[in-house]
Amino acid sequence: MQIAHIVTAGMGGIRTAGDLVAWMQIISKMKLTPAKQYVADKLGIAVNDLVNEEIMRQIREELGIGVITAIAGDPKGMRAKIKIAELLNIPINSVDLFKSQMA
Amino acid sequence: MKNHIHTRMGDGERVSISTAEVKDDVLAGTQDAAQRASIPELTEDDVEQLCGIMAEPSRAVSVESGDEVIVTDDGCSMSFYSGQDSGGIGIPLSRLQAILTYERACAADSTSMGHSDYSFKPVKSIINYEMNAYYTASMMTTAPFFYGAQPNLGLYFQPDGPHPNPADLLPQRQIKEARAAQEAAAEQLREDLVFVGKKMNGIGCEGLNFDTCGSAGDADFLAALQAVADLKKEAPNMPLIMGASGEFVIGMHGKLSFDKKQIAGMYPHEQAQAAEAAGIHIFGVAIGTNTTQSVAWNIARTVTFVKATVAVANIPIHVNVGMGVGGVPMMEAPPIDSVTRASKSLVQIGKADGL
Repeated sequence: MQIAHIVTAGMGGIRTAGDLVAWMQIISKMKLTPAKQYVADKLGIAVNDLVNEEIMRQIREELGIGVITAIAGDPKGMRAKIKIAELLNIPINSVDLFKSQMA
Repeated sequence: MKNHIHTRMGDGERVSISTAEVKDDVLAGTQDAAQRASIPELTEDDVEQLCGIMAEPSRAVSVESGDEVIVTDDGCSMSFYSGQDSGGIGIPLSRLQAILTYERACAADSTSMGHSDYSFKPVKSIINYEMNAYYTASMMTTAPFFYGAQPNLGLYFQPDGPHPNPADLLPQRQIKEARAAQEAAAEQLREDLVFVGKKMNGIGCEGLNFDTCGSAGDADFLAALQAVADLKKEAPNMPLIMGASGEFVIGMHGKLSFDKKQIAGMYPHEQAQAAEAAGIHIFGVAIGTNTTQSVAWNIARTVTFVKATVAVANIPIHVNVGMGVGGVPMMEAPPIDSVTRASKSLVQIGKADGL
């Protein structure tokens, strides 16, 4: 059933920019429209392209913020989240802990 | 628009009703919500749009391009390996495998994990196990990754817990004793929620989900609100999510308040404001499905509550759209036609920030 909601109304997660907009909602309490605009501005793209796989696939690889397919050695997980926190200028709890352990 | 459409009742039964009946049901559904919560009914345009969504000939429908929202979840990755009672499909995946499958195969906007019992009380005794599991998974996830459980105050009452059971005391007219038991249990619950929250914050939790708050009434809801306020002081960098258990907080106690507002009787727009005052980052609205009414009636009613909540909340509002909530039929395998119509309506008309 969750898959039905994702296909019907979801933003596409790490296929597109769904995770990035979700980060702005959960970290900064942003409502949907300003969250989308914030992420689009950070990426330098139009809001409608946040869910455009053709645009976001390339951007995600270039920025090293994780792509949906499995590319050996390509950033995912914590390595991608460190870059996401920097890109969006937000504090991510897990990233902050990880960085504190690297010192 | 055809004269008759195929739709369903709230229990999933397939029915064919006239478009006039659909509109009657939509009007009755929105009126029911508006009267109960003293909120505005859907506008004429909203009603026409909703009737149009219900009458779309496609089996599955979707939001218009550009209107996509964030889809969060409350333990959906658990559905891969859990049993029928959790809507699970019983595949022998580990929690880590299920979390990553949900994030990468399903392209979810966020993912989550929880203990199979999904209540905070049992988590407390295995907290180190949960912390290790979360920490390991958080190294591999890219999308926001939440830890979730239910406050579930009911587990603190006899025979499951130490406190006298108000469900036993109230029929005996022991009102004072029932209230005292709920106050004591709520304080213990609050301490447990804060204990788990602080532990999860210690391993970098990206979001703690208090799911299904208020399931045991106003004391249950109060304990969650108080724990949120406590955690905002003790773990200010850990985002907190709160989901309701229903459209109306039941007054099992009746005299409890938060932020000078009575909790018993709070409807979604009031629940969201209380959650926002406590410090919640995302609030999840839950509207029960009436199995004897049509899906059109149920969706109209849900959208009315959601639209009023989104209008007053300054935080993102996500709608619970699982089995038997959010206009989705109450059944084990909710039909795709109804699920997608609920999704589309809540986004396009209710203006939800997420599902």
